[in-house]
Amino acid sequence: MNRRFSWFNATSLTLGFAFLYLPMLILITYSFNESKLVTVWAGFSTKWYGELIHNEAFLDAAVVTLKVAVMSSTFATLLGTMAAYVLIRGGRFYGRTLFSGMIYAPLVMPDVITGLSLLLLFISIGLDRGIGTIVLAHTTFSMCYVSVVVSSRLATFDQSLEEAALDLGCTPFDAFRSVTLPIIAPAVISGWLLAFTLSLDDLVIASFAAGPSATTLPMKIFSSVRLGVSPEINALSTIMISIVTVGVITASLISKRSIVKQRAEEQKAVRN
Amino acid sequence: MNFRRILLIATPYAWLVALFLVPFLIVFKISLSHYAISIPPYSPVFDISAGWEGFKTFLSKLDFDNYRFLSGDDLYWKAYLSSLQIAAISTIITLVVAYPIAYGMAQANDEWRPTLMMLVILPFWTSFLIRVYSWIGILSNEGFLNQILLGLGVIDTPLAIMNTNTAVYIGIVYTYLPFMVLPIYATLEKMDGSLIEAAEDLGCTRISAFWLVTLPLSKPGVIAGCFLVFIPALGEFVIPSLLGGSQTLMIGKVLWEEFFSNRDWPVASAVAVILLVLLIIPIILFQRNEQKQREANQ
Repeated sequence: MNRRFSWFNATSLTLGFAFLYLPMLILITYSFNESKLVTVWAGFSTKWYGELIHNEAFLDAAVVTLKVAVMSSTFATLLGTMAAYVLIRGGRFYGRTLFSGMIYAPLVMPDVITGLSLLLLFISIGLDRGIGTIVLAHTTFSMCYVSVVVSSRLATFDQSLEEAALDLGCTPFDAFRSVTLPIIAPAVISGWLLAFTLSLDDLVIASFAAGPSATTLPMKIFSSVRLGVSPEINALSTIMISIVTVGVITASLISKRSIVKQRAEEQKAVRN
Repeated sequence: MNFRRILLIATPYAWLVALFLVPFLIVFKISLSHYAISIPPYSPVFDISAGWEGFKTFLSKLDFDNYRFLSGDDLYWKAYLSSLQIAAISTIITLVVAYPIAYGMAQANDEWRPTLMMLVILPFWTSFLIRVYSWIGILSNEGFLNQILLGLGVIDTPLAIMNTNTAVYIGIVYTYLPFMVLPIYATLEKMDGSLIEAAEDLGCTRISAFWLVTLPLSKPGVIAGCFLVFIPALGEFVIPSLLGGSQTLMIGKVLWEEFFSNRDWPVASAVAVILLVLLIIPIILFQRNEQKQREANQ
């Protein structure tokens, strides 16, 4: 595309990014507000962060959320990578269409339906609801996201590399471990991160899948913000936004460096 | 077929059948059942020990009463229609807001684009709930927006935006904006710039070159973006329940309330089945658009 960056482009980008970021900046600013009334500025203070740290209910919910996220994203990465491999390299087998349908359907399913259906399943088989059922629910929908991410990487890389390994006497499992896995590793890692974020973020499915014994952080946030703005939630949001921002910037710097490195190596290879 | 291959296919397959397909069949079955005050709050309950005879009596007790109830009650019709309307209008607004951003990103020079891209993706990684919540403090009666407008003397009485459909539109546009920007940007970025030059050499003004060349070429991205906003917006629950008011009817919220407040599981299941039916057409159209895109790229 010929790039002629005009005033119109500059204005629309400025307005667009202002729209995307101002609400979060306002939220962050008000988390340092002294006053309990969220609308009145009464001076700078970090007291809401202090109150947050001593709020047992939030801390408990945060621990539950992290446990669920770590477990479900790990299971989802295992199952999703397997599913991607089956989809791209599995060849023909009985029920393949149903399989790929079940991989893509959860991506467009409204959360309320997924949540409702899983809850009805847990109740009809008499499973006690708690952390375990949330992990099952999150694993199920995030494995589909993982498998989409991984399968797009699998589909683009050269299959002859795997075939060469097999010809040289590798078992299929060895070939996967020493050839395929290193190549798809970045996709597997981003799949894990995506699954982790989806799990941290989910309110609706967790509300259905959790029994009275388990409360995740989004459930806790939802029940307190239903009553309106609260400075503690502003503080909590600021912490969460900062963690995500640092994470995303770090990840993009790392990937930028690996691209630069890769290019340098390619150039070296060309020169040799 | 060796054992390892069977295991590799069977593990994710069995998982999805057990935790995705079977739950749907259960929802469908319960949508044909009756409300009963017990746990589970519906009947008939299928008893496997009764054998084939038991299965036949079980089947004969299922009926479409819940669907008849839904079609007879105004509330549900209105909820479905207003969900469709809210999802459609907010998709159009999102498109209008997103297109100039995507266009500006595609026009920016190579050094800027990765940063701009990251700025669009960053909100996507941030909690959805928090992004919706951030608008409560802005839109409420004593909120940020009203204070600024009152302070500037633009208005005399605070605007009542919070708890209305307007707030829901703002919430949907805000949270789903990246889903619209990214596919449009992807098509604009791939576009061959010499086409625009050719159009301008042939006498087009810059604006007519945009209408005649750029816009039609970005159509696949526009269509993909519209579906990516419309489909999730239709079943949205968080946005209408936090930003909308009591008169905001959206089907995701109705389902939630039937389930958690009225505890009428059979009706909640029937609501879910109809929502699914509504979604089938846009989902099929979306898949077809993606398929066409893939074939065009090959």
